[in-house]
Amino acid sequence: MYNGGKIITGLVIFLALVTFPIYYSVGKSNPHPNPSLDTPVINKMPVKHCVESREFMRADHMKLLRGWMKTVLSGKSCVYVSSTGEKYDMAWDTCWNCHSNKKEFCDRCHNYMAVSLPCWKCHSEPNT
Amino acid sequence: MKALLPFLAVVFLVLLAVVGVKAAGLYFVFGVAVPYAAAAVFLLGFVYRVVKWGKTPVPFHIPTTCGQQKSLPWIKPNGIENPSGTGGVVARMLLEVFLFRSLFKNRKTKMKGEYLSYSWAPWLWLGGMAFHWSFLLIVVRHLRFFFQSVPAPVQGLEHLDSILNWGVPALYITDVIFLAAVTFLFLRRVTLSQVKAITLPADFFPLFLLLGIGCSGVLMRYLKFFRVDVVGVKELVMGLVSLHPAAVSGIGTIFYVHLLLISTLFAYFPWSKLVHAPGVFLSPTRNLSNNSRVVRHVNPWNYPVKVHTYEEYENDFREKMKMAGVPVERE
Repeated sequence: MYNGGKIITGLVIFLALVTFPIYYSVGKSNPHPNPSLDTPVINKMPVKHCVESREFMRADHMKLLRGWMKTVLSGKSCVYVSSTGEKYDMAWDTCWNCHSNKKEFCDRCHNYMAVSLPCWKCHSEPNT
Repeated sequence: MKALLPFLAVVFLVLLAVVGVKAAGLYFVFGVAVPYAAAAVFLLGFVYRVVKWGKTPVPFHIPTTCGQQKSLPWIKPNGIENPSGTGGVVARMLLEVFLFRSLFKNRKTKMKGEYLSYSWAPWLWLGGMAFHWSFLLIVVRHLRFFFQSVPAPVQGLEHLDSILNWGVPALYITDVIFLAAVTFLFLRRVTLSQVKAITLPADFFPLFLLLGIGCSGVLMRYLKFFRVDVVGVKELVMGLVSLHPAAVSGIGTIFYVHLLLISTLFAYFPWSKLVHAPGVFLSPTRNLSNNSRVVRHVNPWNYPVKVHTYEEYENDFREKMKMAGVPVERE
């Protein structure tokens, strides 16, 4: 091999870089973020339900909240009528009443996926 | 025709993933076996290609230069265009790798009336820079799937990339630049007649592959119909990188399309033109300094050549030569 020292050094640096996630993570546990529903209000509910279905909330809660923001800001309405006909205030308090555990609920998945949220640039976080 | 075959190959890969996951339910094959196999082929192939290049002798000292060579003390040398030492080579290489300077210098020659005119044509440079840099940023951004707690620089990049805050989920600037750049690089190959003439199926295949990867990624992020469960995706990837792989179901079929296309890109990388990534460092026209007047470059495959001199020839045939009347140097 010609210039073997330089070429092997370069190869080793490259391999170390691309396999870094493997030897950084190998042997460590990878817990699921498991957002918690363990709050006093949710525990008291006879039938646990959110504004919309679990599947809808899981996939589209951000779109729902964005829609609420736009509707409220446009001054059209402050009341959300869900697909089951229930009426909710389009306000953060609607969320916080039940999900009073932001750290164990919102933050778990958002931190796990490193989602950067624009929510808290304007809104204050709940005190809990 | 040159574009059709690679296009059909990518379509086949897409259908393969859809059928394999949706109809046959082969989550382990497409979620674990294929990415592992692709990573192994990529790493081994990469090392194989680089070592093979390293073993190849360079018979001549052949750096390309386009500046004044270092010579007499009162002539100003161009240290980067005509490097005389390692420093210049490193500087030129870094500028080439990060800024693609040789593409930037592209000139278009044209006859203007009776004169030959040269004009600056940086379009390939622009497309190449946009493609490579946006692709790099996209790859770095994807590292959020590869670490349990996401490193701060990756978070910072994700934040910067979505800084326009358009829509939910927020639009990534690099997504737009990537798709636009790959589309441009494709259109360039089908519209410019000279470029079209030298384009091979092996040039179209990576472009279609990258377009497929970009489109599947964009669809699964932004389009409601294709949205996937990102937490599930991260669980699958973390299983892969921590070497405790487990098939995860319920992610969404398009993710497996994305994954199969990426796996194909990685497995294809060492055996195709994409291997220019390590190749640029090993190209003798760029990694040698122009010191051929200072240091003697010996051809590495030089060996002692067995020669038969005229003197020996005459010794062998002197009598016969004399008989035939051929003049000889020594009697």
